[in-house]
Amino acid sequence: MKFTWFNLMPWPYLPDDFREKNRSVWVDIDQKLFDPDKSHEVYNTYMDLLEYADTLGFDGVGVNEHHQNGYGIMPSPNIIAAGLARRTKDAAIVVLGNSIALYNPPIRVAEEFAMLDCISGGRLVAGFPVGTSMDTNYCYGQIPSLTREKYQEAHDLIIKSWTTREPFAWNGRYNKLRHVNIWPRPIQQAHPPVHIPGGGSVETYDFCIDNTYSYSYLSFSGYLRAQALMNGYWQRVEERGVDKSPYRAGFAQTILVAETDEEAERLYSKHVSYFYNRCLHVHPGFADAPGYRTIKTIQTGALSQYAPPTGGYTQLTWKELTEQGHVIAGSPETVRQRMEDLIKGLNVGNIFCLMHVGDMPADKCMYSTKLFAEKVMPKLRNMFPDWEDDNRFWTKPLAKRVTSGRLPAQAPTSADLARTYGVEA
Amino acid sequence: MELKTLQTRHVPVRYYEGGSGPPLVFLHGAGGVTGEDPLLVELAKSHHVYAPLIPGYGDSEECGEIRDMLDFTLHTWDVVAGLGLTDPILVGHSMGGMIAAEMAAVQPNDVSRLALICPAGLWNDDHPIADLFATMPYEMPALLFHDAAAGAAMLTAGRNVEDPGFLQAYLVTNARQLGMAGRILFPVPERGLSQRLHRIRARTVLIWGDSDRLIPPVYAHAFKKGVAGSELVSIPEAGHMVTLEKPAVVAEAIRRLG
Repeated sequence: MKFTWFNLMPWPYLPDDFREKNRSVWVDIDQKLFDPDKSHEVYNTYMDLLEYADTLGFDGVGVNEHHQNGYGIMPSPNIIAAGLARRTKDAAIVVLGNSIALYNPPIRVAEEFAMLDCISGGRLVAGFPVGTSMDTNYCYGQIPSLTREKYQEAHDLIIKSWTTREPFAWNGRYNKLRHVNIWPRPIQQAHPPVHIPGGGSVETYDFCIDNTYSYSYLSFSGYLRAQALMNGYWQRVEERGVDKSPYRAGFAQTILVAETDEEAERLYSKHVSYFYNRCLHVHPGFADAPGYRTIKTIQTGALSQYAPPTGGYTQLTWKELTEQGHVIAGSPETVRQRMEDLIKGLNVGNIFCLMHVGDMPADKCMYSTKLFAEKVMPKLRNMFPDWEDDNRFWTKPLAKRVTSGRLPAQAPTSADLARTYGVEA
Repeated sequence: MELKTLQTRHVPVRYYEGGSGPPLVFLHGAGGVTGEDPLLVELAKSHHVYAPLIPGYGDSEECGEIRDMLDFTLHTWDVVAGLGLTDPILVGHSMGGMIAAEMAAVQPNDVSRLALICPAGLWNDDHPIADLFATMPYEMPALLFHDAAAGAAMLTAGRNVEDPGFLQAYLVTNARQLGMAGRILFPVPERGLSQRLHRIRARTVLIWGDSDRLIPPVYAHAFKKGVAGSELVSIPEAGHMVTLEKPAVVAEAIRRLG
């Protein structure tokens, strides 16, 4: 099993009446609600928590990309990842990911991911989402019905730039480059493992299967509601005649651990409510630009996960959120049982643990994270013994790696340098 | 109006045809057009009307090969040629007006009479056009009609909007139609027409609803300035869907072209 500690990085100061006074947390969110001075501490606390997860033995630390978004103040995940590459030791740096249709030219992503892989010693997991319609179309202006074509070209260009050892010309529809020759290139060969976040597009299943990429379903509505979608994926895997390694799939789940179920509710329900009531308040007009999803996908009936559930999230209580599986919360034993159901039910080897929720303060987050790492994670390690050696979907770091802070305490003297390098010209 | 099919290089194109008189090509807006469209019915009284659908509209297939403004413009010229027409009266509404204006600018010697009904294609920072692609269905009538209540009734036309089957069909249709329209209208409905307007040689009539809240009448003046000798017909008590609200008045303005 691979557990990645994930932080969406929500803005924790949305007012109580946010929902009543604002039409959307995303795209046209009120500028006045962001306070740059306060963000200084917010960013640094969130990065501290990601670093903390590394010390507890999580397999990965995860970041993602959103734009103009009140629950994700991470328009550039690579900046956060660069900090983590320096300040973490063993965890994979899971960037899930860069919306590659948005970068012009997309070799920028090939370069930055290569830098992250080099700085981290081969610890990068490269995520290539198409990006939500809010980010890709409404914030970054991509034409909805051409987004996938542009994404595909960006993907092909990035992979070719990582795997070709001499300069080449690229005459694409969206990119024309005479001398592609990225420098540096990644440590991991042939390239870092690729994870593709998807939301039920059938085309994406085949894309992952064809390229041996892991398919990640990043939902906020929990594992019970994900069953139909993941069944569709595994059915496709079977139809295509490839193995059903659980590492072909990943799933994001909100997880909150306390000593007892009651304590979990007491400590966390406020923050869960903040997330589901305020952070997911997206204007439906931004949820799904016409043409963004293919006709085939719409016909399968998979609605955008940003389309609010019937009745809206506001009416969901702690009890409903936990019973319906949006959130897995409770004592270590409760969480273990439900995680087992999730892992077996969805057949997923990669879990993106959403362990910071809404406006949760750092102390509660550390408490929950530590309990999960010490009392739950060890018991879930051996869920798929048959696939223990499957390393196709995870990082292959250098055996010998360096970390930050290795310079000597004092700068050398002239005499030191003479001893080291001699005195001849 | 009769619904027919024309083979083109890319995809089969569906078009409505009806009436008799001088040939007239009508290019629809982002909402599409039907055979019962009151303006088409009105125009067919005096003209031989051809109303081709942009691929993806109505029951037609989308076309992956039509991506940008030049593709739309040349495709529509191919359709006019495929219909066997030479110098028809060219009429376009909204997005169709944008395409018609481009056609007349790109091949100025092939269009002598042009009617643009509240066309898209220009942009003024002081008067931003509303984002049609972020507008909810229930917000449409107020944006598109002078009389929002009557407009809402026209848009839903007695269909049960609560029916899940209707909703599913609506989503698919919307994705197909606006997905194609988005290629020239998203996220800002401007693709450089202002640099080419001066090339138009056609006798041009601009037709605008006074209460157009989607593309406000300030744009009418920009078009009038851009197209030498053009004439502006302003229609009171009509919004962007002036074609539905005042079809007879619009047809009368078009008939000035012959």
